[in-house]
Amino acid sequence: MVQIILFAPLLGALIAGFAWKIIGEKAAMWTATGLLFLSCLLSWIVFFTFDGETRIVEIMRWIESGSLSAYWGVRLDRLTAIMLIVVTTVSAFVHLYSFGYMAHDENFREGEESYRPRFFAYLSFFTFAMLMLVTANNLVQMFFGWEGVGVASYLLIGFYYRKPSANAAAIKAFVVNRVGDFGFYLGIATLFFLVDSTDFDVIFASGPELAETQINFLWQDWNAANLIAVLLFIGAMGKSAQLFLHTWLPDAMEGPTPVSALIHAATMVTAGVFLICRMSPLMEYAPEAMTFVTFMGATTAFFAATVGLVQNDIKRVIAYSTCSQLGYMFVAAGVGVYSAAMFHLLTHAFFKGLLFLGAGSVIHAMHHEQDMRNYGGLRKKIPYTFWAMMVGTLAITGVGVPLTQLGFAGFLSKDAIIESAWAGTNSAAGYAYWMLVIAAVMTAFYSWRLMFLTFFGTPRGDRHTHEQAHESPRIMLIPLVALAIGGIFSGMIWYKSFFGDHHEVERFFAIPHSEVHADDGHGAQTTAAHGEGAGATADGAEQGSSHDAMVEAHHVEGTTPEEHAQIAAEHHAPQSFGGIYIHPENNVLNDAHYAPKWVKLSPFIAMILGFGLAFLMYIRRTDLPAKVAELNWPLYNFLLNKWYFDELYDAIFVRPAKAIGRFLWKYGDGATIDGGINGLAMGIVPFFTRLAGRAQSGYIFHYAFAMVIGLVVLITWVAIRAGG
Amino acid sequence: MTVPAIAFYCFAAGVLAGGLFTVISRHPVHSVLWLILAFLSSAGLFVLLGAEFVAMLLVIVYVGAVAVLFLFVVMMLDVDFAQLRAEMAKYLPLSLMIAIVLLMQLALAFGSWSFAPEAEDLRANIAPPLEETHNTAALGLLIYDDYILLFQLSGLILLVAMIGAIVLTLRHKEGIKRQDVLSQMYRDPAEALEIKDVKPGQGL
Amino acid sequence: MIAADISAVLPEIVLSVYAMGALLLAVYTRKDEVAQMLVWATSGMLVLVALWIALSVQDSRTAFNGMFIDDGYSRFAKVMILASAAAVLFMSQEYMERRGLLRFEYPILITLAVVGMMVMVSAGDLMALYMGLELQSLALYVVAALRRDSVKSTEAGLKYFVLGALGSGLLLYGASLTYGYAGTTQFAGIVTTATEGELSLGLLFGLVFLAAGLAFKVSAAPFHMWTPDVYEGSPTPVTAFFATAPKVAAMLLFGRLLHGAFGEAVADWQQIIAFLSVISMFVGGIAAIGQTNIKRLMAYSSIAHMGFALMGLAAGTALGVQAMLVYMAIYVTMNIGAFAFILSMERNGQPVTDIASLRMYSRRDPLRALAMLVLMFSLAGVPPLVGFFGKFYVLTAAVDAGLTWLAVAGVIASVIGAFYYLRIVYFMYFGEETEPLDGEVQPVLTVFLLASAGAMVLGVFNLFGIEAFAAAAAATLVQ
Repeated sequence: MVQIILFAPLLGALIAGFAWKIIGEKAAMWTATGLLFLSCLLSWIVFFTFDGETRIVEIMRWIESGSLSAYWGVRLDRLTAIMLIVVTTVSAFVHLYSFGYMAHDENFREGEESYRPRFFAYLSFFTFAMLMLVTANNLVQMFFGWEGVGVASYLLIGFYYRKPSANAAAIKAFVVNRVGDFGFYLGIATLFFLVDSTDFDVIFASGPELAETQINFLWQDWNAANLIAVLLFIGAMGKSAQLFLHTWLPDAMEGPTPVSALIHAATMVTAGVFLICRMSPLMEYAPEAMTFVTFMGATTAFFAATVGLVQNDIKRVIAYSTCSQLGYMFVAAGVGVYSAAMFHLLTHAFFKGLLFLGAGSVIHAMHHEQDMRNYGGLRKKIPYTFWAMMVGTLAITGVGVPLTQLGFAGFLSKDAIIESAWAGTNSAAGYAYWMLVIAAVMTAFYSWRLMFLTFFGTPRGDRHTHEQAHESPRIMLIPLVALAIGGIFSGMIWYKSFFGDHHEVERFFAIPHSEVHADDGHGAQTTAAHGEGAGATADGAEQGSSHDAMVEAHHVEGTTPEEHAQIAAEHHAPQSFGGIYIHPENNVLNDAHYAPKWVKLSPFIAMILGFGLAFLMYIRRTDLPAKVAELNWPLYNFLLNKWYFDELYDAIFVRPAKAIGRFLWKYGDGATIDGGINGLAMGIVPFFTRLAGRAQSGYIFHYAFAMVIGLVVLITWVAIRAGG
Repeated sequence: MTVPAIAFYCFAAGVLAGGLFTVISRHPVHSVLWLILAFLSSAGLFVLLGAEFVAMLLVIVYVGAVAVLFLFVVMMLDVDFAQLRAEMAKYLPLSLMIAIVLLMQLALAFGSWSFAPEAEDLRANIAPPLEETHNTAALGLLIYDDYILLFQLSGLILLVAMIGAIVLTLRHKEGIKRQDVLSQMYRDPAEALEIKDVKPGQGL
Repeated sequence: MIAADISAVLPEIVLSVYAMGALLLAVYTRKDEVAQMLVWATSGMLVLVALWIALSVQDSRTAFNGMFIDDGYSRFAKVMILASAAAVLFMSQEYMERRGLLRFEYPILITLAVVGMMVMVSAGDLMALYMGLELQSLALYVVAALRRDSVKSTEAGLKYFVLGALGSGLLLYGASLTYGYAGTTQFAGIVTTATEGELSLGLLFGLVFLAAGLAFKVSAAPFHMWTPDVYEGSPTPVTAFFATAPKVAAMLLFGRLLHGAFGEAVADWQQIIAFLSVISMFVGGIAAIGQTNIKRLMAYSSIAHMGFALMGLAAGTALGVQAMLVYMAIYVTMNIGAFAFILSMERNGQPVTDIASLRMYSRRDPLRALAMLVLMFSLAGVPPLVGFFGKFYVLTAAVDAGLTWLAVAGVIASVIGAFYYLRIVYFMYFGEETEPLDGEVQPVLTVFLLASAGAMVLGVFNLFGIEAFAAAAAATLVQ
């Protein structure tokens, strides 16, 4: 079954890409879409029938070289199953949506050029590569998928190849990703160097050992586990657009909107999060690296949200929102609650896909106008889209009933993350908690700002366009409806499995050591301790450290460290690993449940705050935004220009690189190599050729002379050698 | 100084002078004559060495046949040697320099000449003992016995030379009168001669 | 004793007798009218003798008091010589006939030249060496001038003759120096006296003169000057012959002399051979660039190739000799193909040798153009064609022997050399068409061309097993 899931998209890609001339455009598109729906259906079946036992399906041997052994295979565990449904579902609906969205495109000459099968082929190919990535059982296959999605992303961002900006964006995405990939690659190589295998099972089993290994890298000794974790995270940063490597994501919006929905919101960008979760058995032994992950995630969530506040391009707002939400996921992973990260990944896929497809629908309706300042009052014109977007917004902002488990998808997953951040034990957790809460305010603000600017108020911009605005065809609305259902219910349905209940989570993910640390008394104890602290101070950092102390104390009381290590060792040696792994000392998940009420309420309050602010500024006092912007113009420009990251990179990397390139081209290549070779080929060699030609005079005595001279030279040489 | 020694130096001087003037004399016929002198002198040297047979060969073959052939060729071909020599004179300084270098090096080589220790034995291996055999007979023994292969190969070389000469020069031109032995032999006086009775004063 | 001697030299005897018999037959029958039959008969004869030698398994043996050596090395050489001579002869029949050059002496002279070459590669004595060399050379002088009403052809013959005489003179001088020092002309005797580091200056000079004489025969620079003129002036089939069998014979004789007679003093001659090698590679490569005549170009090409073959010799090891043997075998195969192409170049019934006439040849005859492309790439040493492996072999041998500088120079020279081979390809595929070639191409030539090109492609798998033979042959020479 998994084979079919895996290869149906590839088949679709091949048929749509190469065979459309034979079977026709329409048929090719339908084939690709049909195969994806098949794949999607099977994925759901796999997901629901999955029994928690990790299965490994070997498909084909791939590389056998020395001790490097890699095969194509499927590692089927909970993590894979989740990713399967996310990828195939969103992809299937995006395929369907694309029928409508790509029906006409002014970037291509209608009737002369056939671009639709190509688009579908790329989409299907992307899906295949993504599935390769998520089902991999070794890092080499994962890297293959990783690069495969990179290629597909490049092709799709640059799909409008006549637009220079699209090409530039595609190249930028590819190059920036290369930076991250280099880290990933180094990580793989380091792992292979130390463990002598790229197989997950082997790597997972060697986690504790790596934690005690030192390795020399860049003239410095590192803890191996930390080094590897950081290197892998750098790879994840590239793919998941975390701070410093995020610049490609907003530009990637140059691609067609379905692409943005599929690749740059729901699936590919989450690959980084998936990687961290997948490598959880290793991450758990790399506390410093986890702190780094938490810090980067929190900073990204904050940074992207601030930029999202002021963007005017509808897709860019959502792009920064994606960036920000990915930061949330990394925070969850960073504090050790991988299930929460995966939970948010799942819900985010639905509501962000929904938002993007909705935005696509708006753009479609507005004749490819993307500037929100030219929207307004579209609620009546495109009601279905409006309601879909509304669901998406409610989900992303996290609307729900506080302190219960009733709410939109984002409400449950985001709250889970924020609570986890609060409960996190590493030194960045407190920082992360506050950053996330602030980001949540901003999330609500920019999401509602988007809604208000687009659907409420009076129509702005080109009147003609507004008059022509029309609801999208049904084929585009079906995916909206489907994803909206996911956006509403996915949180409530799986809350327990992902986050709600410790035992349930461990069963769901088949986390192997549940019985050791599932003592409720421990949970109660820590909660009590926190309860005391909560009233006194709200300083997150102190909270974290006091919590650390408590955990430490607990261990001293309960088991001696030696005993504990023994128990742990017994558990990892022979076991097969489940979807994720949680270290016996990692109790963040438990602790999060016992967070004080104000913590649990904080995201809700943040949401209300953001909504209120947006309502005030864009419905009540529409003159306010301009005033605020004018008043704080340095800040406004700072945010509008995305913290000047592009300019900074341009100055630091791009220009010097160009300068070096130009230098090497002009002087290295042009003068030295070309000049040398040309000089040799056009100057020196012909000179000798002429000389040889002149020597070849045709006179016998010249020839004889040459022979005698040659002989004399040889004789002299021999004589000198013999004499000396 | 003994008589053989005096004779040796005379002949040696003759060879050297002959060789030198063969090269530098202005008239080609003179060159050939100088060459004959060189041949004769070296024949004399062979005699001094006790190799009368080789000496006679030299006189008969080289002086008697080759040199005379050369003379014919030189006289028949109208080659302007003066012009060629003028052309060559341009390169004379360089040639001379090279020649001197070569000469010095050869002098160096001969100055420090040393035979391999095994050389005497190796030489003696092949040659029949000179004390017992007359050198003409010894030569015969070597050529027709040990060196039969080389001898036959020389024959082949001469065959090739002959074929080559024919191939390159023989032309079957129309209208050239050739000797036809058979027709000469079958010539019958009865047919060849026709007797006409011519009356005086009438003509044919 | 004599029976054993004769059995060792029997193939040569058979060929000589055949040549004389054929001569008599032709002279006493219808002369040039039997020439065509004679060419075929001779080709057949050569092939038969080649098969005979190839299939007779024998240990190494010497005959005529060590004057004649019959070992794996010489048999390898003889098979190569006979086969290539037969191929060239077979290819040339039609061409010669059409130009009115097919005289009955032609196959006979070729046969005698082949006998000379066989003696050369079997020589165990300086005198035998010289006899073989002269027998071969004299026959070649004549065939070079075969088109005697053409000024160029006679000039070629004369030049070859005069310079060849000079070369022979050098060789003889070297031989006498060697004899003077060593007291013997036999290789087996010389090798006992010429040991490493103990060579007297006289013997060293003898060696240099011998090397110079042989360098003339393999047309290694700076003794190469005759080559382009002779190649250009001679009738094309004769040029094809020059480029193949005599080169093999001379090169292998070179190897025989160096290893058989001076094998104990490798260090003393290694530098000389390396010098000849590097000069040849560069002169061949550089001078060929300026050529517009394909025959002259092939002349320089052969000079460069001889440089590479000499590189194998310069290594002074068994591997080096093996590399040289493999290289020569590949070289001969490539040249037969290339000349099969050149022989077919004609316009209005006249042979054409201008490279420019090949412009857009690919349009006229794609298959032959493709085959020529393969051959040119192979000659240039472009991987993965067989020509590359030949070069790779000698380079490996040179590096193994510590002559890295020579190998590097070889690589550079082959890059320069690639230019003119690729220029031919360029003309064939991209040049503007001017006056196209015409005329029917004889099937024989096409067959040889395609076979040669095919061998360049198919040979990459195992070089048709020639490595093993070459290794065995080299082992009999270098102990």
